[in-house]
Amino acid sequence: MSKQQKYLTLSGLEPLVVTPNTNFVNVGERTNVTGSKKFLRLIKEEKFEEALDIAREQVEGGAQIIDVNMDEGMLDGAEAMVNFLNLIAAEPDIAKVPIMIDSSKWEIIEAGLQVVQGKCVVNSISLKEGEKEFIRQAKLVKRYGAAVIVMAFDEDGQADSYERRIKICERSYRILVDIVKFPPQDIIFDPNIFPVATGMEEHRQNAVDFFRATKWIRENLPYVNVSGGVSNVSFSFRGNNPVREAMHSSFLYHAIQHGMTMGIVNPTMLEVYDEIPKDLLERVEDVLLDRRDDATERLLEFAETVVGVQKEDDVTKLLWRKEPLQDRITHALVKGIDAFIIEDVEEARAAVGKPIEVIEGHLMIGMNVVGDLFGSGKMFLPQVVKSARVMKKAVAYLEPFIEASKGEGPREAAGKILMATVKGDVHDIGKNIVAVVLACNNYEIVDLGVMVPPEKIIETAIAEKVDVIGLSGLITPSLDEMVHVAKELEKKNFTIPLMIGGATTSRAHSAVKVAPHYHSVIHVNDASRAVTVVGDLLNDNRQDYKAQIREEYEKFRLQFMSRAKKKSLISIEEARKRHVKIDWSSFTPVKPNKMGIHIIDDLDLTVLLDYIDWSPFFRSWELHGKYPAILTDDVVGEQATELFKDAKHLLNEILDKKLFKAKGIFGLFEANAVGDDIEVYHNGKQLNFLTLRQQLEKREGQPNIALSDFIAPKSTGKKDYVGCFCVTTGFGSDELSGKYKAGNDDYNAIMVKALADRLAEAFAEYLHYQVRTDYWGYAAGENLSSESLISEEYTGIRPAPGYPACPDHLEKKTIWKLLEVEEKIGVKLTDSLAMWPASSVSGYYFANPASKYFGLGKIQEDQLKDYAVRRGIDLELARKWLSPNLSDN
Amino acid sequence: MKKNIDQLLKERILVLDGAMGTMLQRYKFTEEDFRGERFKDYPLPLQGNNDLLSLTQPDAIKTIHRKYFEAGADIIETNTFSGTTIAMADYKMEDLVTELNVISAQLAREVADEFTAKEPHKPRFVAGSIGPTNRTASMSPDVNNPAFRAVTFEDLRKAYKQQVEALIDGGVDLLLVETIFDTLNAKAALFAIDEVFEERGERIPIMVSGTITDASGRTLSGQTVEAFLISISHIPLLSVGFNCALGADQLQPYLQRLASQTEFYTSAHPNAGLPNAFGEYDQSALEMKDLIESYLKENLINIIGGCCGTNPEHIQAIAEVARNYAPRKVNTPTS
Repeated sequence: MSKQQKYLTLSGLEPLVVTPNTNFVNVGERTNVTGSKKFLRLIKEEKFEEALDIAREQVEGGAQIIDVNMDEGMLDGAEAMVNFLNLIAAEPDIAKVPIMIDSSKWEIIEAGLQVVQGKCVVNSISLKEGEKEFIRQAKLVKRYGAAVIVMAFDEDGQADSYERRIKICERSYRILVDIVKFPPQDIIFDPNIFPVATGMEEHRQNAVDFFRATKWIRENLPYVNVSGGVSNVSFSFRGNNPVREAMHSSFLYHAIQHGMTMGIVNPTMLEVYDEIPKDLLERVEDVLLDRRDDATERLLEFAETVVGVQKEDDVTKLLWRKEPLQDRITHALVKGIDAFIIEDVEEARAAVGKPIEVIEGHLMIGMNVVGDLFGSGKMFLPQVVKSARVMKKAVAYLEPFIEASKGEGPREAAGKILMATVKGDVHDIGKNIVAVVLACNNYEIVDLGVMVPPEKIIETAIAEKVDVIGLSGLITPSLDEMVHVAKELEKKNFTIPLMIGGATTSRAHSAVKVAPHYHSVIHVNDASRAVTVVGDLLNDNRQDYKAQIREEYEKFRLQFMSRAKKKSLISIEEARKRHVKIDWSSFTPVKPNKMGIHIIDDLDLTVLLDYIDWSPFFRSWELHGKYPAILTDDVVGEQATELFKDAKHLLNEILDKKLFKAKGIFGLFEANAVGDDIEVYHNGKQLNFLTLRQQLEKREGQPNIALSDFIAPKSTGKKDYVGCFCVTTGFGSDELSGKYKAGNDDYNAIMVKALADRLAEAFAEYLHYQVRTDYWGYAAGENLSSESLISEEYTGIRPAPGYPACPDHLEKKTIWKLLEVEEKIGVKLTDSLAMWPASSVSGYYFANPASKYFGLGKIQEDQLKDYAVRRGIDLELARKWLSPNLSDN
Repeated sequence: MKKNIDQLLKERILVLDGAMGTMLQRYKFTEEDFRGERFKDYPLPLQGNNDLLSLTQPDAIKTIHRKYFEAGADIIETNTFSGTTIAMADYKMEDLVTELNVISAQLAREVADEFTAKEPHKPRFVAGSIGPTNRTASMSPDVNNPAFRAVTFEDLRKAYKQQVEALIDGGVDLLLVETIFDTLNAKAALFAIDEVFEERGERIPIMVSGTITDASGRTLSGQTVEAFLISISHIPLLSVGFNCALGADQLQPYLQRLASQTEFYTSAHPNAGLPNAFGEYDQSALEMKDLIESYLKENLINIIGGCCGTNPEHIQAIAEVARNYAPRKVNTPTS
């Protein structure tokens, strides 16, 4: 009677709950002696370590349940089952998922049920031997606390038609639910997947009957799930993997549409549905859906042409394994293939005097190729990060040998780079990417992580004798922090070059604000440039290079200053006169339906999928272009597609296992504008949002905007409203990313954070939609596509503090106070007012139809002074927070 | 009886007793005291066999039960934590298991009836305590042989079945499967209980209480709170909860997760804090009361008591504060 009682719940060391929102549940099928010759051999030869590796690979590969089957004449099935399940119990990384105990013999199933602590799935029972035995087994399954797969099988044999399938399943269901009192949600039907395209007339309807029966079962037998062994369907195409893969994914696609919820699928035998060539897909679906009389002939015909191609493909695929050792290692690194790297590295180790030589020789030669290809634009960032994964795996393998051979000097790196996200900032995707790329190019990385104070940077730089210091940051206060670090380095007479990077940094900022304080500063805006820059900074001609950069920056600074002077600014007094004119007498603001503060405690992440804007995701991997056009782009299309596939895979895992937690809080309040302040009234108290006004001189008739213009002035006597919010999807992302990082998998470690960021933005978009159409309800009838959402075609805005319309980060403190953000949902503010977890978004809601996004631009000293008084802080502190927007005059 | 306690649980938070062992230590029983007249020539040392005291020092056991009822407990646990053939094997007292359980249940029954008669508006209940035994069914004690098991499901099922039959014969109102550090052991106990119920054609309420061993938030056998809950929810339970290993404050986050996930009633009987350097529990009744109050404020609990280190003062303090709060509301499942 747990809350999930109407959902199938299973457990290993961790829970698995199958809800309507769960994607297809993938059951790993390789620990099955009837399906895997390799597994059978390992069990027979008692090579249990390797047999466990097969189970582990499946879990790592995304299997949410693992099927274990020991039905082989030469084995003592019960003993083999117990022994293997006991071994699994001792491996937490396998035992975390539920077990499917698979046997045609009840004794083996029962032996398995007695050794597993979690809630398993029994695969399977049926009416084959009559009702009495069926009831007996079902009662025991229930008493052992397992779920059960029921085969569509009765005293007369296996169901092979639509009618027989539904008749047997219904009968089984009634017995289980009415007589045994078996919880219906713990029942999984397997309505038999049979081969199609066998040439036999009576097999033509096999797939269609399965689909129809599945649909009927899901509609008529409440709470049950439907499963099946998918590979059966393509039985007549054994030996032709391209056709089989296409059949499997097409079959799955249709079966899922009809309500199949889980299945035994070999993920390596599955093509991506959208990637099945159109002509093949059409012929496969003709067969599956029985669409034409000559469907089988046509597919067979087509299959022959595919076989030819396939054979060639397979040969070329493995051809590289016959190449000399160095070529193989280089190939593995360039292609990011880790399957053979240990074996190749071991061969290399045997061939050299000291294990270190493998890193300095074989692996570096390969990585240099990667570096060259990347540098010349022939490889893209995601590929390079995958190469790094192979490199790390190789190095991790070699390290014990290197340590064992004492007396060897430390590994000769090209240089040592300190990397840090500055104090007050928590964003590190860019920094991590640069670190990986540099590490690929034989630089040793000292990564100090996020929120690193200057003292720590200085101390480490000295202790580790680093050659370059790299600073990163995303929010605008970090720009100041970088200036501060530069000043500190100068004070200590450092000579180490300082590299600046991160989304808000720019060549202008580095040249104008940082370079005057330290003798060697260089801005690097992407990872691919980082390698060249560091190379130049450390080579023999470095003094020339540094001098050249200094000169460039000096020139840039002069140009910038002279250009800045040309822009003329008007006084704040004048700017206020030119505010946005709204005719308040004829406008009545819409009162929100649900005033006050609302908390969203644990949002189901799947609702966010439609709201994800993917373009910035590709940008974070330095693949530039708009989604979805980027997927077919001539230059980066292939990479983008692959990256997208990996991202979707990880995203599904995150959603399935609920690895991130989404929380949000928002409030809708009465408000009025007084000057440039917005007075917010809540529970008899008043807080003020302080807005800033554009001061750039504009063409006649163009307003100088402040956000307060979009709220009815108090003097109008009209009640108006404003909202604010904070959402996060970051809880869990550090842990997951850290896990990948610990496993030397930077690719997924970075991917996790990039996805968390996308989800947080999607959450903000989703919540804004809810607010517009429901909580506030001023746009109740709104109906926009996701493209229109992304291009912000809706009424009202949600500007965020720290971004162009309101660059003042201090406003976050007001929002935090008003909503009690930290107390209620746990999102914190750092010293620099970055949000933690990093994947969080906060902002205001304005509903007025005239409200729009704008950039504040530069402001003058007069507004700064006025602001300091309004904020109640001293002028210098105000200057510090608003410095990115202060005019340089 | 089930209806009775069900009804009460809707109205208020019920209080479970505190530690038996802690109270017995106060008596400073010697080897001779443990043996009594009946086992004076027994070939093995018996000091430490607390369950045996139901036979050799029944008055002490009854006095302790009485003190907990006086302190405000609604439910007391029988002195049968180790009352299985598996746990009694250490003393070679497998043959005494049925007798130990029947007598212990009768002692508790007698005291409970005495209080119910005095205060009919406040009926008292006896929960038959079923411990985890000293062996684990899903972990190997031999590091070199991870597939080895020192006890099988079948061994456990038989042993638990014998204990359950004896407890019911002795007159318990409830069964409490507690201090579960290996879920498979608990599943064997639940299997046995379900068999006994079916054979006798009657059911009594079952309480299940797991043990989260440390800050990893998992049972000793590695399950998370949620996985544990899913693994034991196949049998209708009166309540599910946690006890032992942790103090009230360390236990709270896990209770929160449990309470949000289950529609069974919830229970907790935490230790009196964590043991100090001498292995003693020194959390005072008042300190513990404050921590428990935090559960009550969060509406996490239906049944509350104490485990290691708690005594009647703790239970009195807990009972007093529990009176001021409404029990956790359990959503009855829809449909």
